[in-house]
Amino acid sequence: MSAETLATFPMGGVHPREAKELTEKLAVEVMPAPSEVRLFLKQHVGAPCEPVVNKKDKVTEGDLVASTEKLGAPLHAPVSGTVKGIQNALHPMVGNAPSLVIATDPEAEPRTYSPSDWTRLSKDELLAKIKEAGIVGMGGAGFPAGVKLSVRPDVKLDTLILNGAECEPYLTSDHRLMVEHAKEVVEGAKIILKVLGINYCAIGVENNKPEAIAKLRDAIAQDTGKNGYNVVVKPLKVKYPQGSADQIMQSVTGRARPSGVRSSAIGIIVQNVYTTKAIYDAVVLGKPLYERIVTFTGKGLKKPANLMVRVGTSISDVVDYLGGTTPDLAKVVVGGPMMGFSVSTLDIPITKTTSGVLFLAKDEIDTTPYYPCIRCGFCVGVCPMGLEPNNVSVYVEAGRGEDTEQFGVDDCFECGSCAYVCPAKRPLVQFMRLAKASIAAKKRK
Amino acid sequence: MSAAQSQATTADAAAGAMKSKLYVSVSPHFKTQDTVSKIMWTVVACLLPPLILSVFIFGFQTLIISAISVLSCVATEYVAHRALGRPTDTIKDGSAVITGLLLSYVIPPGVPYWMPILGGVVAIYLTKVLMGGIGFNIFNPALIGRAFLVATYPVAMTSAWLTPIRDASVFKYMGAGVDAVSTATPLYVLKHYGIGAVLERFGSLSVIYKDFFIGWRPGCIGETSAFLLLLGGLYLIYKKYITWHIPVSMIVSVGFFTWVFGGEKLFTGNPVLAVLTGGVMLGAFFMATDYVTSPTQKVGQLIFGAGIGALTVLIRLKGGYPEGVCYAILLMNAITPALDNWFKPKRFAPQPEEGA
Repeated sequence: MSAETLATFPMGGVHPREAKELTEKLAVEVMPAPSEVRLFLKQHVGAPCEPVVNKKDKVTEGDLVASTEKLGAPLHAPVSGTVKGIQNALHPMVGNAPSLVIATDPEAEPRTYSPSDWTRLSKDELLAKIKEAGIVGMGGAGFPAGVKLSVRPDVKLDTLILNGAECEPYLTSDHRLMVEHAKEVVEGAKIILKVLGINYCAIGVENNKPEAIAKLRDAIAQDTGKNGYNVVVKPLKVKYPQGSADQIMQSVTGRARPSGVRSSAIGIIVQNVYTTKAIYDAVVLGKPLYERIVTFTGKGLKKPANLMVRVGTSISDVVDYLGGTTPDLAKVVVGGPMMGFSVSTLDIPITKTTSGVLFLAKDEIDTTPYYPCIRCGFCVGVCPMGLEPNNVSVYVEAGRGEDTEQFGVDDCFECGSCAYVCPAKRPLVQFMRLAKASIAAKKRK
Repeated sequence: MSAAQSQATTADAAAGAMKSKLYVSVSPHFKTQDTVSKIMWTVVACLLPPLILSVFIFGFQTLIISAISVLSCVATEYVAHRALGRPTDTIKDGSAVITGLLLSYVIPPGVPYWMPILGGVVAIYLTKVLMGGIGFNIFNPALIGRAFLVATYPVAMTSAWLTPIRDASVFKYMGAGVDAVSTATPLYVLKHYGIGAVLERFGSLSVIYKDFFIGWRPGCIGETSAFLLLLGGLYLIYKKYITWHIPVSMIVSVGFFTWVFGGEKLFTGNPVLAVLTGGVMLGAFFMATDYVTSPTQKVGQLIFGAGIGALTVLIRLKGGYPEGVCYAILLMNAITPALDNWFKPKRFAPQPEEGA
């Protein structure tokens, strides 16, 4: 790989320790269905779903249980069993949120799916299957994939990028997916290309995953049904946040998306590799999205693993399955260490967008109080969007958050590089969020 | 311990961990090991070698002056913060220690011991605490302290120079009155008597380069050893605590403008001598690079450093003082907010023009 020049984005970025060695070699293990699942009615960008089943209804794995007419993606039963009703559950990002509870029938047979030939399906039939299967952006954004792929005919696209960067430390779920399901990812890429009516797809993978790169390349080389589609693997330099949409688009194509427009305006659609695999499952197998690979890792967990879990499984059930936590567990983070959300309890259900749960030990977390800004400018140097988190934070502290529009805070996607390098340990991501909220409040006035 | 027992113990321990509370914070949950105090104490460590050498150049009293200066700065911060009801543990962050060290480094080695006390109070209280504490001062505290002393005690501050000791008799000046031992700095000689007098007094150019590089010349306590200051500065650059932009642009600018305007005719000045004398090396690596009072953007930093160099040479050649680094840095500190406003970071991709 050394002879190859690695594509990357030029501005900013950081190099946190990768910490992937705990789980990167561990094959995905299927966790048996828990006794109960809690499905958040909103696991996507858009409106919450309305249940289409009633209390005490019997459901079978894969059945439609909730849907919405508005922007969103339907939900399917992750297990066979009985609907217990709607209950509030703790969501890692929004706090209490309504969820559909299904009690598992332990006797139920697992549902099986058989492949069918997708190449004869029309673009509209493919899109319908993707929408029906409840697929959302699985890298964390949760944008309904069916909506993203319904591009207006006047938009000229030329490139599909599959995001396999997985730049967050610790996480290996996308890595294992690419290693174990390279063929499906490549096939899924072709399905998306057909939907979009283009023929070039680049799979961007950070260079710390040579096994994934090799498997994807093998899958492409052995693919007998290329049908004019050109799918390539682009190894990317290991630099956080390589997997952010703007950064991976720039790394792969050299194009920078102007602030405030969609990526399709510069001819690109980005999909996560896992979303692509889910699209394959939906189209080829007719299997909706109700389970996913989640990395459970960190020094605070007895047995780190990459687990295939049903959506709605409680983290505490997983912890029990994996043999418990270690005594020095100090912090639990849903998502990666750079952008994930820390939670106060383990009684939290997995969602379609949960790629990992970290169990951090005392010596891995930082609890020092923060300090005034010393204007070292480290944050400005690492910001991939060219913003000034230092100035924004000082404005917000002075109660002038609404005056921070001049710094372009709306470009901030909260990657956390600024706070990662800040020697004063300032919660710069939080200051950025406060600044955005103040600006939004000012605009509403 | 049997396997069953050990399992029970760990299960209990796990249950205990579960009961204990989990930390919750905003992302990111990874942070670098660098902290403000780690950076500050690293700077302190980088500043110590020139101080140790100064004991062998000017005698033991340099250590006393530095200690008094540091104590004065730290005590001023403590008392002021206590009086204002602000947290007093900021004295542990090392920044007041740096101010104290730097203040003593830019005063002559023959000053009376009470003088750094006064300088420390002005440096910390007037320049830093009253402006809002660390991060909010506009000017470099140590340099304001020096400027205050120069304005109030001009005689001591411009004449208490000592001839370097060559025989390691470090207590030579302890008892002696300053008047008895006072000498002139190379810059003073250069300004008033020309390059010929400098050569006559300090030896041939090659001797001067060697002595001045190592530190054997009259001057302020911590400014004379270009070599040790360079070493400390390079370490800070290696640690990525500072970047090369300000030091290099400042040193190049001093050398360039001296070469152009410093001789009897244009383009005949001696740039090497200009850089090895006065406070250029100390200022370039340890004062102009102060985070709070220097620009954050590279272009701003280059202009900032170049401006300091140009002003330094202007003061040296045309001003009333033989040395101008202190005032040059303070003047450029004043326009740092403007430089930060003029030179913004390049945005990733700003919004397209209207109608585009």
